[in-house]
Amino acid sequence: MAFPGDKFALDAEFSLPMDRVTAIFGPSGSGKTTLLRCIAGLQRARGELFFGDACWQQGRHCLPCHRRPIAYVFQEASLFPHLSVAGNLRYAQRRAAPQAPALEEVVDLLDLAALMSHRPDQLSGGERQRVAIARALLIGPELLLMDEPLSGLDDRRKAEILPYLETLCRASNIPILYVSHSVDEVCRLADTLLMLENGNVSHYGPMEELLMQQVIARPGSADVSAVLRARVNRIDEQWQLAELAFNGGALWVQHNDEALGSEQRLRIRAQDVSISLSAHGDSSILNVLPCSITAISDEAVGAMQVLTLQLGSERLLARLTRRSIDHLGLTVGMSVFAQIKSVAIIR
Amino acid sequence: MMGFDSQDMTALLLTLKLALVVTVLLLVISTPLAWWLSRSCSWLRAPVAALITLPLILPPTVLGFYLLLAMGPEGPIGYLSERLGIGSLAFSFTGLVIGSLFYSLPFVVQPIQNAMESMGERPFEVAATLRAGPIDRFFTVLLPLCRTGFITAAVLGFAHTLGEFGVVLMIGGNIPGETQVLSVQLYEHVEALDYPRAHRLAALMLALSFITMLLLHGLRSGKRSAKVLGF
Repeated sequence: MAFPGDKFALDAEFSLPMDRVTAIFGPSGSGKTTLLRCIAGLQRARGELFFGDACWQQGRHCLPCHRRPIAYVFQEASLFPHLSVAGNLRYAQRRAAPQAPALEEVVDLLDLAALMSHRPDQLSGGERQRVAIARALLIGPELLLMDEPLSGLDDRRKAEILPYLETLCRASNIPILYVSHSVDEVCRLADTLLMLENGNVSHYGPMEELLMQQVIARPGSADVSAVLRARVNRIDEQWQLAELAFNGGALWVQHNDEALGSEQRLRIRAQDVSISLSAHGDSSILNVLPCSITAISDEAVGAMQVLTLQLGSERLLARLTRRSIDHLGLTVGMSVFAQIKSVAIIR
Repeated sequence: MMGFDSQDMTALLLTLKLALVVTVLLLVISTPLAWWLSRSCSWLRAPVAALITLPLILPPTVLGFYLLLAMGPEGPIGYLSERLGIGSLAFSFTGLVIGSLFYSLPFVVQPIQNAMESMGERPFEVAATLRAGPIDRFFTVLLPLCRTGFITAAVLGFAHTLGEFGVVLMIGGNIPGETQVLSVQLYEHVEALDYPRAHRLAALMLALSFITMLLLHGLRSGKRSAKVLGF
């Protein structure tokens, strides 16, 4: 996919992998939605757009939205008010591509069976968005576009709908373009990240990589974190813990229902990592891993600085006060111990 | 029936026929017009909107006068109808229909336009992302979502054409069975000082108008209470 456009000062040129969740990330007003709408064909900008071998826009040719094999989940509730939930789903089903999933399958996936006869104005915001996602899936898209589907919801509703999105992102084999300005959602859902700033692509690459480079979170903010992939290696029934191994160490985390051998995505916030010079066993902290310091952020924000730590092939970030760094005499290349206070399994 | 003589009955039937024909034609004409007015950003939008709404404030006789000139042998409509072999449209039912189209246009365009504006762009975009083409979108999204607007437009267009007088008098005259509508017939009776017959016609029109408005307001409040109930 290539897209150089210049309307609305949007200048983006990139190609995206076809089998992954790509988050289009950036502050509001950076052109995320405009970009997505141009890809959908809802809006026109000058440029070229190819989907695989199919030309969607080139020169004067522009494939109209209803001919593009996409589905679109809008930011706010977009259900047809004159149709029930079932009616909304059937609207998509009647116009679906041959490879579209069965109604029952999608209704199950998004847990909609009890809502089928409801009218859109009888649903909560979260329920409406679930129906909208189901409707989008039912059309049988080859590309799923989602424009901040959670932004209109409060935290509780977000928490209610995120698991569905995670299942969807993991289970579906259609590429997803997910517009968001939430670091949290991006960490949980995305594999690849496209960062927009003032209509320009500022960064583009694997999500873990960009997270590590701290380009997506404001330096010094609580969002600064590392994401790593690990496999469930062992389950300790007695203490309800699971050991997750990665190339460079293993971490004990609270065990919920992760299957033995399954791959999980872990998010470790920089503010939850502290450093000690020796591995003393007299601490309540469960996870203490040997590592080496590979970088210390030079742009000191207030009292805090961020350290990059190497553990095998994986990296972590630690946010420390400048005073502590000075006190411990931390420098690049030093071997230290990372004390990890909390690990979140995000997938 | 109720003491109407055959001439009054003819006038009543002619009036209903005129209102029906005009309403159907206006719904067809107004839908694309209202769509364009609700979506266009062109500089032409304001002048066109002004032209369409002009009959709201223009004395009907002024409109009738210009239409009469246009339909005359020297006018563009007259020229066209002569060339097509229809003859002059002035003082004919067809001429009356044309006059009424202009006269009632704003009453039909505006409710439809308002409905389309309040619907917004989003339902249309949603339908497009669900593979619905333009015609599909018109029937499955626009018509159901703007239903109240269309019904209001039809009722207003019908009712307003029923009460037409000035335009009819200018371009239609007073030919029984061709252009003699209720309001003109009423005027005739008053001119002839035949007050009992005038009374009957006036009462009939009053009742018709009241029932029309009653239906319209019933429709609106029905819609409102339905919303409260969540339907």
